[in-house]
Amino acid sequence: MNILKMGPGKAGLLATGLAAAVSFAAPANAADEVVMAVPTFLTGAGAPAFGVPARNGAEVIIEAINKGKLPAPYNNSGKGLAGRQIKAVIYDESGGGVKQVAEFRNKVQKQGVDLFVGYISSGTCAAITPVAEELKMLTIFPICGTPRIFEEINKTPKYVFRTMGHATADGVAEALYVKANMPGVKGYTGINQNYAWGQDSWRDFDLAMKQLMPSVPASDKAQWPKIFSGQYGAEISALMLSKEKLVHSSLWGGDLEAFIFQGSARGLFRKKDVLFSVADTSVYRLGKKAPFGSILGARGPYGIFAAGVDTPLNNWFRKVYIDRYSVPPVGGSYQAAQGVLAAKYAYDAAAKANGGKFPNKDQVIAALEGATYQGIAAPVHMNRSNGHQAATKHMIGVLQWDKEAGEPIMTKVTEFGPDCVMPPPGVNGTEWLKGGMKGAKC
Amino acid sequence: MRHVDKTVTGLTIAFAVLFLADFFMAEWVRFIGLQSLARGAVALGLLVLWRTGLVSFGHALYFGIGAYAAAMLTLIGYHDAFFLVFAGTLASGVLAFLLGFLLRRYRAIFFALLNMAFSMILYGVIVKTEELGSTDGFSLHPPTFLGYAPQGEAVQTTLFIFTLVFTYIVTVGVHLYLKTTLGGMSMAVRENEIRVEYLGYSAEKVIHVKYVFSGLVAGFGGAIMALAIGQVDPDSMANWNVSGEFVFITILSGIGNVGATYIGALVFELIRTYAFEYAPQIWQFILGGSLLAIIMFLPDGIWSLVDRLRKSEG
Repeated sequence: MNILKMGPGKAGLLATGLAAAVSFAAPANAADEVVMAVPTFLTGAGAPAFGVPARNGAEVIIEAINKGKLPAPYNNSGKGLAGRQIKAVIYDESGGGVKQVAEFRNKVQKQGVDLFVGYISSGTCAAITPVAEELKMLTIFPICGTPRIFEEINKTPKYVFRTMGHATADGVAEALYVKANMPGVKGYTGINQNYAWGQDSWRDFDLAMKQLMPSVPASDKAQWPKIFSGQYGAEISALMLSKEKLVHSSLWGGDLEAFIFQGSARGLFRKKDVLFSVADTSVYRLGKKAPFGSILGARGPYGIFAAGVDTPLNNWFRKVYIDRYSVPPVGGSYQAAQGVLAAKYAYDAAAKANGGKFPNKDQVIAALEGATYQGIAAPVHMNRSNGHQAATKHMIGVLQWDKEAGEPIMTKVTEFGPDCVMPPPGVNGTEWLKGGMKGAKC
Repeated sequence: MRHVDKTVTGLTIAFAVLFLADFFMAEWVRFIGLQSLARGAVALGLLVLWRTGLVSFGHALYFGIGAYAAAMLTLIGYHDAFFLVFAGTLASGVLAFLLGFLLRRYRAIFFALLNMAFSMILYGVIVKTEELGSTDGFSLHPPTFLGYAPQGEAVQTTLFIFTLVFTYIVTVGVHLYLKTTLGGMSMAVRENEIRVEYLGYSAEKVIHVKYVFSGLVAGFGGAIMALAIGQVDPDSMANWNVSGEFVFITILSGIGNVGATYIGALVFELIRTYAFEYAPQIWQFILGGSLLAIIMFLPDGIWSLVDRLRKSEG
């Protein structure tokens, strides 16, 4: 049949059919389930070291929620989210902001998603925030670190939450650690990816250092490789030649591992003291090839820092995770699980306030705003940015190899309280740092 | 009686159907439709070049310029869709006109790769510019339409009609252009440039005009894409793999008809959407596999199916 030779009658029929087909193509989900989209890196450089462990962490916790098997303090909360089973839609975060915004709309409009718990890259979160608010979609960012989300992009969020501290907390904790443990440091340089997370990480560490150790100068030759570039030959050469001994780096995922491999081969970690913001994700993967002696963080009390936390929830999480995946959970796994727990807490609390009936979206949001709930490793205080931004305690230490146990361990660990490293509620992080971190409770 | 142009009739019917469908369509269908129209416009630009025997591996340059020009204007307070799309289209057209003086002298792989080189220069500039969000890009506010500022779903509904009207005008325009003497010169240039020159036409000028045409429609597509998604970033707008997607769509569609590019773009969007939904870890593999299948079984693209049907009918 030739569409161009059709009579008007046939064409009209076809048009009506088409219109009918597309208008009924609405999402079909069961009424007794909550559709939770979980975007995380499943392909590309972000996947193996970060995206996949994060997905694993989310899967472990979602399964336990659905079966009602979470230990204390969630042990009497029934199955699912306020009694409804979670249907998880796990998908790939790679491809950049435009692709992810398009996919966000797709998931909301085509698959009828009820809430999002995910996104790892700060670039994705920055792109998603406006569209999540526009589509009035409950969105919990468990990981991404740029402070811009609630400081520039949306200062009065209603639908978007973040359940961990942001880059300012990392910068302050690192600078406090350097001041306490490396009083003789004479200068610092850095290698950070040239996008929101890398730029903000360096800026906040630099600003915190200027307050805490004003006589120590920053290098003007800090390195800015592109995200997911994977090749750091030129940058490593520049770092080797720099006169500063301390190197700050917020590289993560595959980029971080490529940098460690390429840097180790050239003796970078023997020559320089490197401070990594997010390197815990790779310590188990790299084994004995990890850069021992480096200072590192996990963007909070997660991963290797939580190895010794003796609570029922943490012990259970580690055991189930290790049994299933044969490696210990890393920071990303903890953080993703912490994001899903926020949903668990909020739905259950909202149902309770709603007389036991399943809550609507506004009630869930009201329950999560300003709440304090138990994460896997530590309590999470949703007390910044109108109750949408979390603060947690923070930890920094030095990575060493434990010969007896045959595994990496953290030594010389320092713990920082949430109100020590995060700017106080209502205060812009950059201004807080420039103003001398007033009101910090350390 | 005057001869009725079947393609114009077909495009008009499609326009009318889609116009009406806008009021019934599920949101996600409309959103995919919008993206298909934007990508299809770029493929239309490639089709114009393709008929002349030229393939560009760098049309993300014009797509990116169109998108970023529109997006940057929103940063300084302009939100009117008419103005943004016009500016994006014009910016790309001007750039195509300037680069055309150089590129019209090259053919085959040299033409393809020089285009790619220019597109990667744009990519590098955006990535290095922190004010434009480097690799993150930045978000746009929803557009207004001559003072009308729709909210919620109405933004996409209005934008769809806006896009549809302009796409219709552009596509019919390109079709009519290809039927003029200068437009019809495409095949002649592809087959034998020297003969064209002997006929008194300048092959370089023919190519230059077509190049500007393709730059204009690619810029139009880019500006529409920026408004439809509300976000720009260099990896989705200006990188070489975006140029590759446009070549993919053009191969998928075939160069038999101007309308085919939109069908190709829609098929591309649908394959990608469903591959992404059902195979989140191997969706790129499925996309590549389908291109391979098209090349093996439909070497002249989707439009060759229509030709085959026509032949079997009569």
